[in-house]
Amino acid sequence: MTSVIYDFTPLTQSIDQFLTKNLSQGWALTIELVIIGLVFLLFYAVIGLYLVLAERRVCAFMQNRLGPNRVGPGGFFQTIADLIKLLLKELIPIRRADKFLFNLAPFIVIIASFMAIAAIPFAKGLHAIDFNIGIFYVIAVSSLGVVGILIAGWSSNSKYSLIGAMRSGAQIVSYELSVGLSLLTIVIFAGSMQLSEVIQSQADGWWIWKGHIPAVVAFLVFMIASTAETNRGPFDLAEAESELTAGFHTEYSGIKFAFFFLAEYMNMFIVASFAATMFFGGWMPLHIGGWDTFNHIMDYIPPIIWYFGKTALMIYLIMWFKWTFPRLRIDQLLTLEWKYLLPINLVNIIIVAFISWKHWHF
Amino acid sequence: MEIITYITDIFKGLKSLWKGMMITGYYFVHPKEIVTQRYPENRKTLVMFERFKGEVTMPHDENNQHSCTGCGICETNCPNGSIEIITRKEVNESGKLERVIEKHIYHLSMCTFCELCIKTCPSNALAWGNEFEHAVFDRHKLTKVLNKPGSSLKKEPKEKKLEEVKN
Repeated sequence: MTSVIYDFTPLTQSIDQFLTKNLSQGWALTIELVIIGLVFLLFYAVIGLYLVLAERRVCAFMQNRLGPNRVGPGGFFQTIADLIKLLLKELIPIRRADKFLFNLAPFIVIIASFMAIAAIPFAKGLHAIDFNIGIFYVIAVSSLGVVGILIAGWSSNSKYSLIGAMRSGAQIVSYELSVGLSLLTIVIFAGSMQLSEVIQSQADGWWIWKGHIPAVVAFLVFMIASTAETNRGPFDLAEAESELTAGFHTEYSGIKFAFFFLAEYMNMFIVASFAATMFFGGWMPLHIGGWDTFNHIMDYIPPIIWYFGKTALMIYLIMWFKWTFPRLRIDQLLTLEWKYLLPINLVNIIIVAFISWKHWHF
Repeated sequence: MEIITYITDIFKGLKSLWKGMMITGYYFVHPKEIVTQRYPENRKTLVMFERFKGEVTMPHDENNQHSCTGCGICETNCPNGSIEIITRKEVNESGKLERVIEKHIYHLSMCTFCELCIKTCPSNALAWGNEFEHAVFDRHKLTKVLNKPGSSLKKEPKEKKLEEVKN
């Protein structure tokens, strides 16, 4: 496809050429890394803060409430005020806690989501690292966060934290399978694990449409399993306010707690943007095979808008079922995975392989 | 057979989940369903509910008359002594001594809103008011005199009272 109008590759290439012309190879690379790091840091903070606000407003509307609407227009500065409050709060040292691990845990959680965000393609050319095994990388890196959760639970010297962390461990070990397998269906369709190629393969239609019912099933399984993986409701057993006070982050306060909180919302964003990328074409505009004029008109809408629109829709979907369903028990959680999602997924993969072999998809 | 129940279970589960999601989805797209109030803005139009227990009041009619006879039942029934009644004796038109309330004092700061005074009042002289903005800077402002100055006891015709007894 040569019809991509908005291409960011020349911009990034010109920055790269400018830096390599004026500096040595090593320094240019360092500066590029710093720029990307800063951009992601800013992006991370802004998206995280506003996802918290969006979640509070969305859940309020679903529960016939208004939600935060006092700080700024429509509560626009509510989460910024919350952040300032969290920054000013005391970091309470826990008696007989493992100090080193206790302080390390929030960083592991937040680094895991930072690493995952690097592989997300925002638009053509706006893509920090385009691994040829990008999907594999994201699956591997995003499940690193559970190590942080386990460490947090273990080092807090609190029974609630430990129970929460253990539940989270059981949950992620089981649901990781479904996430991987449901993404594998799209890998089979696209024939590549490179995220940019997965998106290119959707230039004549998104996989949720091209892949018939198996893609829809895979999408549903992915949404369920990845919600469970991010420890969000209705799978928020690891926090379970009513049973475990706050689960693994019971003993955390101030900015350390904010790290966990931010990481949870960023994981939601990553999951949502991944669902959008794999099943709904990421930044690829709505293209229908054969309708050339229609496709050309759609190309004029910038990919950033497509990307964020789809991601926002996915985020809304995740919030929607968080605020509809009650929390699962731990045995129900494991039953859902091992007796329902995993067999469905395995059958689905066989069907997908067959469809792909016979070239029945569009 | 088990495989059939397995598959029907999945679809039943999905159906019931979808039903729940439709309810929250309906609320999301219908902001008119919102039940919470934007309080300080709607102060002028805010109407509290009929059974709202704001404070104990003594309703007065248009002639500045109330129905409190000063019997003191509310005072004795109040579990935490929030009510004090000061009465005096007065000679009425037929030449008899009659008990008249001078002050019906209500300590809002001590009231637990148990409603015993209102429930036990034999002449229905007390009622709940809807006022709820009770914050004050001086504690003494929470001690209120319920009968208005210059008010008097409402005299009901004797036949009506007899009818009430019969009923």
